[in-house]
Amino acid sequence: MAEVKSSSPRRVERPLSPHLQIYRPQLTAISSILTRITGNALIVGVVLAVWWLAAAAISDNAFALANAVATSWFGDLVFLGSAWAVWYHYLAGLRHLYFDAGHGMDIATAEKLGWGMIIGSVVLTVLTVIIV
Amino acid sequence: MRYLTPRKRAVGKGSAHAGTHHHWSMTMSSVALAFMVPTWMYLFGSALGQSRADVVAVFSHPFTAILTALILVIGMRHFAMGATMMIEDYSRGTARKILVMCVTALATVIAATGLYALIRIAL
Repeated sequence: MAEVKSSSPRRVERPLSPHLQIYRPQLTAISSILTRITGNALIVGVVLAVWWLAAAAISDNAFALANAVATSWFGDLVFLGSAWAVWYHYLAGLRHLYFDAGHGMDIATAEKLGWGMIIGSVVLTVLTVIIV
Repeated sequence: MRYLTPRKRAVGKGSAHAGTHHHWSMTMSSVALAFMVPTWMYLFGSALGQSRADVVAVFSHPFTAILTALILVIGMRHFAMGATMMIEDYSRGTARKILVMCVTALATVIAATGLYALIRIAL
């Protein structure tokens, strides 16, 4: 190791791959990062739901506060967003299982599945709001 | 030539030292959640906005209580592992270690709080 270091005092200037910013946004990349964003953002809705449930278990006063927050415009926003995030992440997970099984890897199919996730998640969210 | 000892090649777990264990855990928990979450969303959405007595009645039903407990345990494990994967992609060194500890703690505390609530409501 010492020999290698002394013979190359500074890093070799190797060509770098083009930076993310110069790519045109592609559906496959956007649908992929949205999977990660929705999955991690769901923790907000989970915290609110578990606080609300724990408050219901503990006392009337605790429930009054948690229920007021959970049914306020803020709670509506969080749970509406969470409903969409759940459905998007759900469809993305199904797509992941399909990809893992070795199917749908060509660009045309992958893009169709991407649009399916986006449109499907909105449709399922609307249905959830109507039914629930 | 491959710079692998015969033993490493036989064990075949790669640089992660755990093979595909993480990926397979996520696959299993995702399938479990896929079966459970839609029903739970319906039950939770129906209970939300009702009085405390009605909420307690919904969540003390055996089906709802067991379903909620399963989703808490499997869902929070799924979250902790997924969030860890994100942290490992975007951070390094001490910050990475602290963040992984934080999301694991968060997931565990949420699961424990939810289970405590369920026990008080349902038992």
